[in-house]
Amino acid sequence: MKGYLRSDGRKGIRNVVLVTYLVECAHHVAKTIVNQSESSDVQLIGFPGCYPNSYSLNIMEKLCTHPNVAGVLVISLGCEGFNREQLAQTVLDSGRPIETLVIQKQGGTQKTINAGLTHIQELMAEAEKVKRVPMGIDELVVGTICGGSDGTSGIGANPAVGHCFDQLIENNATCIFEETGELIGCEQIMAERAITPELGEELLKAVEKAEHYYTAMGYGSFAPGNAEGGLSTQEEKSMGAYAKSGSSKIHGLIKPGDIPKQGGLYLMDVVPDGDPLFGFPNIADSAEIIEMIASGSHLILFTTGRGSVVGSAISPVIKVCANPETYEMLTDDMDINAGKVIKGEASVQSVGDEIYQLVQDVAQGALSKSEALGHQEFILTYKQFEAIGPSCLPTIR
Amino acid sequence: MIDKRFVLLNSEDNVFVCCEKVYSGTNICLEDKTICLLTDINVGHKIARKNISLEQAIIKYGAPIGSAIQAINFGDHVHMHNMKSDYIPSHTRQKKAGEKR
Repeated sequence: MKGYLRSDGRKGIRNVVLVTYLVECAHHVAKTIVNQSESSDVQLIGFPGCYPNSYSLNIMEKLCTHPNVAGVLVISLGCEGFNREQLAQTVLDSGRPIETLVIQKQGGTQKTINAGLTHIQELMAEAEKVKRVPMGIDELVVGTICGGSDGTSGIGANPAVGHCFDQLIENNATCIFEETGELIGCEQIMAERAITPELGEELLKAVEKAEHYYTAMGYGSFAPGNAEGGLSTQEEKSMGAYAKSGSSKIHGLIKPGDIPKQGGLYLMDVVPDGDPLFGFPNIADSAEIIEMIASGSHLILFTTGRGSVVGSAISPVIKVCANPETYEMLTDDMDINAGKVIKGEASVQSVGDEIYQLVQDVAQGALSKSEALGHQEFILTYKQFEAIGPSCLPTIR
Repeated sequence: MIDKRFVLLNSEDNVFVCCEKVYSGTNICLEDKTICLLTDINVGHKIARKNISLEQAIIKYGAPIGSAIQAINFGDHVHMHNMKSDYIPSHTRQKKAGEKR
């Protein structure tokens, strides 16, 4: 396996040039630059809001210095609250090239697009010079999410991803699972897997926080499609979702943008701290995918029952489909048919092995289905977090 | 003995999960008994493995996933109409669980 070696020593499996808008007002200009660049390696991310927010700045800094990212073009309107100077400095400090265009200083829409396209040519030329060097499985960071879950998810796809995670972790890769709100009901069995009792306490507290938060919002992390697919309650959905974590010990609890320093299994706490301030923790699956990418995920394993089709900017998304009927309907979007498990045609282990092989293939450059179809979804909204406590990342193994 | 269209995930469970759509009126064999399904059961949905009384826990994966809001008979579809979350109410596009419309 080979990776793109960045100046900061991190290695990527893709070589992406990002165009980043810093407020919705700059979205059209940024999008036009991406479209006119006519390269799938030039990708759009951005933040819609005009007010500053330390979470979104942090996530944007982590995304723009992600190992899959070679360089960045920032599109600012000019008067918005986003701290573009700090973002540019962070990217420069990581050794990546960055250009900032301010629409109000550039002379408007068309002039900014023209200047942006010139910068993109330069940034792509720089990206092509990045060396590819040997990269081990122990240097991979893999995140997992479930979306459009149904009664089959917890039987086929999720345990198969868990099996893949166990193999990755045996090889000292870093694996991230998430959504404490979708672990409500599993907190006790999960806490027992923590490598220290103090971490176990933190895991319990994180799920308790999620329960309070979602109760205050009036809805759990439960969509109508979950119910149509046979899931009746949050805790039933949780039991299925939890299976994605496999059976390894849990090495830490991180928050979006925290980057684990050593291999192992990590839970990402995506539920904001404090009273609900900005709304639902994550408004759709893509928001969680982006948070796992901000924490360094090179690729994402996405399990689905009802049939999600999303991909992502920056990191490839691999679809693992649990429901045989959905697989038949959406074959062109699904990378792995875990519906074989519920049909009795394959074991969880054999599907897990299939996923493990595909992870390595995609890491080596094979396109996932969503990637080939051009999916590059992105969501970043307002949130607030406090820093994780000292018990959350124990250094002992 | 269990019909191959249903799976028991854990020996503690009081529900089976459907692996292949079965239509209302079909005879199925579960727990050495033959019963006639009263409703269509879609893939991923649950049916009762035994009689379940009001407020009794529904067990799947060997763990409680909610509780019965009415008595449920062996072979009945187990879903939001007869069970609820013990944490946060579920919802459909039309209404939240327990809401009248």
